[in-house]
Amino acid sequence: MAVITMRDALNDALREELARDPNVFLMGEEVAEYQGAYKVTRGLLEEFGAKRVIDSPITELGFAGLGVGAAMAGLRPIIEFMTFNFSILATDQIINSAAKMLYMSGGQFKIPIVFRGPSGSAYQVSSQHSQAIESWYAYFPGLKVVMPSTPADAKGLLKSAIRDDDPVIFMEQERMYGMKGEVPEDEDFTIPLGVADIKRKGTDATIVARSLMVPTALKAAEELEKEGISCEVIDPRTIRPLDIETIIESVKKTNRVVVAEESHPFCGVGAEISAEIHEQAFDYLDAPVKRVSGVDVPMPYAKNLEALALPDVPQLVAAVKEVAYL
Amino acid sequence: MATQVVMPKLSPTMEEGQVARWLKKEGDKVSMGEPLAEIDTDKATMEMQALSAGVLRKVLVGEGESAPLGQPIAIIGEPDEDISELLKSAPPAGAAKETVETEAKPPESEKAPAQEKPAAEEEPSPKPEPSTDGRRPAVGRMLVSPIAARMAAEAGVDLSSVQGSGPGGRIIKSDIEAAMKAPKAAATGAPQLRPLATPKAQPGAVYGPSAYRDEPLSEMRRTIARRLVTSLGPIPHFFLTTEIEMDRAADMRQQINALYPDAKVSINDVIIKVVAVALIQHPQVNASFQDKTVRFYEHADIGVAVATENGLITPVIRAADVKSMPEIANEVRELAGRARGRKLKPEEYTGATFSISNLGMFGIDEFTAVINPPEAAILAVGAMSEKPVVKNGEIEIHKMMRVTMSCDHRVVDGAVGAQFLQTFKQILENPLYLFLGA
Amino acid sequence: MSSQTTQRQENAPASAAAVIDEPIKNAEAITEYDRELLLRIFHQMLLIRRFEEKCAESYSIGKIGGFCHLYIGQEAVGVGAISALRRDDYVITSYREHGQAIAKGISPEAVMAELYGKATGCSKGKGGSMHLFDASVNFMGGHAIVGGQIPLATGLAFASKYKETDQVTVCFFGEAAVNQGAFHESLNMAQLWKLPCIYLCENNMYGMGTSAQRAMSMDEVATKACAYELAAEFVDGMDVLAMRRATERAVERARKHSLPTLIEARTYRYMGHSMSDPGKYRTRAEIEKYQERDPIKLFRARLEENHLLTEDDVKQIEEQVREQVERAVKFADDSPYPATEELMTDIYANPLR
Repeated sequence: MAVITMRDALNDALREELARDPNVFLMGEEVAEYQGAYKVTRGLLEEFGAKRVIDSPITELGFAGLGVGAAMAGLRPIIEFMTFNFSILATDQIINSAAKMLYMSGGQFKIPIVFRGPSGSAYQVSSQHSQAIESWYAYFPGLKVVMPSTPADAKGLLKSAIRDDDPVIFMEQERMYGMKGEVPEDEDFTIPLGVADIKRKGTDATIVARSLMVPTALKAAEELEKEGISCEVIDPRTIRPLDIETIIESVKKTNRVVVAEESHPFCGVGAEISAEIHEQAFDYLDAPVKRVSGVDVPMPYAKNLEALALPDVPQLVAAVKEVAYL
Repeated sequence: MATQVVMPKLSPTMEEGQVARWLKKEGDKVSMGEPLAEIDTDKATMEMQALSAGVLRKVLVGEGESAPLGQPIAIIGEPDEDISELLKSAPPAGAAKETVETEAKPPESEKAPAQEKPAAEEEPSPKPEPSTDGRRPAVGRMLVSPIAARMAAEAGVDLSSVQGSGPGGRIIKSDIEAAMKAPKAAATGAPQLRPLATPKAQPGAVYGPSAYRDEPLSEMRRTIARRLVTSLGPIPHFFLTTEIEMDRAADMRQQINALYPDAKVSINDVIIKVVAVALIQHPQVNASFQDKTVRFYEHADIGVAVATENGLITPVIRAADVKSMPEIANEVRELAGRARGRKLKPEEYTGATFSISNLGMFGIDEFTAVINPPEAAILAVGAMSEKPVVKNGEIEIHKMMRVTMSCDHRVVDGAVGAQFLQTFKQILENPLYLFLGA
Repeated sequence: MSSQTTQRQENAPASAAAVIDEPIKNAEAITEYDRELLLRIFHQMLLIRRFEEKCAESYSIGKIGGFCHLYIGQEAVGVGAISALRRDDYVITSYREHGQAIAKGISPEAVMAELYGKATGCSKGKGGSMHLFDASVNFMGGHAIVGGQIPLATGLAFASKYKETDQVTVCFFGEAAVNQGAFHESLNMAQLWKLPCIYLCENNMYGMGTSAQRAMSMDEVATKACAYELAAEFVDGMDVLAMRRATERAVERARKHSLPTLIEARTYRYMGHSMSDPGKYRTRAEIEKYQERDPIKLFRARLEENHLLTEDDVKQIEEQVREQVERAVKFADDSPYPATEELMTDIYANPLR
């Protein structure tokens, strides 16, 4: 076990998978010579060469489509979006090509591609650079959406995503690249997609959190423990397909749920989780599912406003108390 | 064209109604058929709908005040219409209230003429609250979280006895947990003893007549008073008592519940069934004195006395003679639940052919009940307990229960009543008779 | 300007706009090919023509649903270009693809069954007219977003180069797709990274109801290649052999030098944009003018001129084609619809739950 940053864990995953399968290649803006805008791809050009690690022009729709075409011909592309804000330019290829190719071809062309990069807020990068759009991609059958929250999860899930034969939207978080954690060093260490992780066991309330909100949820749980309230924190890890069973089992135990997310509430992943809990575990609820989401505004620049726009520990603590009537 | 809204007849026996809650206030728009107010009747709280459209111009009878049937309680009209004529014809708001406050007035008297105001030194009676409990929603709807409902059902906790501590009076999981921890009223129905505060007398204090407070009669209380005075007085009651060996009935009940755990049949459900079957065998008891005729009923519709916060009510199990015990158990549960929630419809609590009152859960050995007219009889059931009994010269321990039947002598003679009771006892002591289908 | 600038077809008219209006001059070129190949080409063009006419019929009686975009008038482009390819070369195209699919090797039965939405269609009935696919002949679809196939084509070429096979990719698209950003992004990458991709623009002068003049500030598609220093040429798209030769040149450039080409083929569609198009944006006179240069008529005339085809040959080929088309229709009619379970299959290659 090594204690490394999430950035390095992702770097290891990329390195191991590039080494393992010659059909895997990496393309994106500044991934090669610049060593990666966020240094996630540091050292890969030197190790694997310009054929496998390719700097692209700023041409998201083009290189996303190129990746899908290459996947149709049997390669396993990893396409980096410098941030997922820019993936919006590529959505026609992600959705109309990658997500639908297997189905509309009657099963003939699978698309084993990974679209990865940071998603969600950073620090004062303002409205066009701070969007958390996982619910957009999770909407489409044919795509898989993954959001790791720890270095170990990041490495294991990225390896699985690269080995998966379907298009995977792998959404990292810029604020978490420097987070440190224990990561297994075994090259065959993978974490299966579609399986949630109970990050903390508890009995009085369930907090479902993903990505940036996982550390916040764990801190809130610690605060609540001091008051004798025991929270279970569940990290779905894969948003689509969602491991709703693990969440339901927890709801049956605690009867109270808070969903924490940095994304907007409307039509968000939290809304989906809430709907599924109400459909499947209505009789186990002591209170309606409460969502604590990012505020429904474009992200402002000012430091104080940005902080207000995101859920924090006191908000999660208050939310848990609300559903537990305390 | 402005119209008066009058107190409507919302139950067959209703003579007067109390406005529990106005759903609209003066100045609100009202459309045809929209719920206007909630009215407490003698039995339940009913919604009153607007029969005209316009704006609620004036409320004549406020929340907590009563009015007899037909009295104007509000005026609906156009916003700028002149309603002074209608106002003149409406009686002053306080008149009906005074009927409530004065005591010792015969309940039959309708709207009383201007009364003497109650004596000044009496504490003014508090304006009646629409609900007795400030945290419970004013009328009817009980809020329960899904998990609390499930837990209560599984643990047999009566939701109407639980105080909801969630928003809007919602009963939540912790409320049920608390109710479950509280020592249950045991099978004998012993009330839970609370630690009593025992203030001491002040040395040297001299006590005059005790202070008191008056509470206005609820509709239900008034109705009970009115009806039962027409029972024990006019109806010639006589009373028959017998003691029943319940061992086999108790066993059978256990077996039924073991086979069908969802059935949850109680001893009272067994009694209802046996009474019904016995009534079919003795049609003269399943009857009613109708002044010029005696009415004989085809089926045994059993009224089951249920105690609620507001008073006694008897929901009816129709055709209990043909229903199974699990069916009866389910119906009793459902009706009793709704009775406590004041949600019974009039046809559900009137028209029984025979009633049963069971005070066994309070540890009462035996008692005499008052007949519900126009029925011909009522059975008062006491507690079941183990007693020494002499059988064949030997002392044995058996589960014994005493019942007392009150009969209307105009319809049921002593021998008739006794024979019925004999049949009842026979079947109850040997429940296999129920299945011999002769 | 490098030497890779716009090349012109030998003897082709100087003005791109006029290319389609003038009769072919290089009659001798036909003798370069052997008769069997030429007859095959003729047969294929006629098959596509009759197949598309049958589609129009089937569509109007409700057997084909949704959209139906016909290739009538453009047969020379698809047949000519694809005849220059190997079976393992990739072809990817837009929604006006029936002709190209047949030319690449999908059986008319499988195509018609797909149009009818039957389980025996080449996409199992789940794609329809706009999404024909066949991995066995490397026909990579059938794409309905205008220009969406162009980056995909670039990726196919990227993959061939990566895997060091010498496959080439031909990407068909209309002139209206040239206005999409995806076109420019793709040509940039193709030339930058030297990808073996042939971008074949079928300029039929109308993007649905909008003429090219109304949509493009500069409507010479091949000229736009200079922005990427990418090789390009104009071709008379009504001349099937000219198409073939232009494609051969591009194929060599791609296979030997791994370089892309932009071919602009001037052509014309005789039917509307799709079966739902009343075609009010052009005149009957204009259509009739271009019908005089019907590619099948032209090619037949040349073959007959060169004594490679007789009237009996034509009758025989027409009869064969008629049988093929009827067989295709019968196959489609007799085939079952997809099973209900097919609704939920092929969503993921690796379903997790």
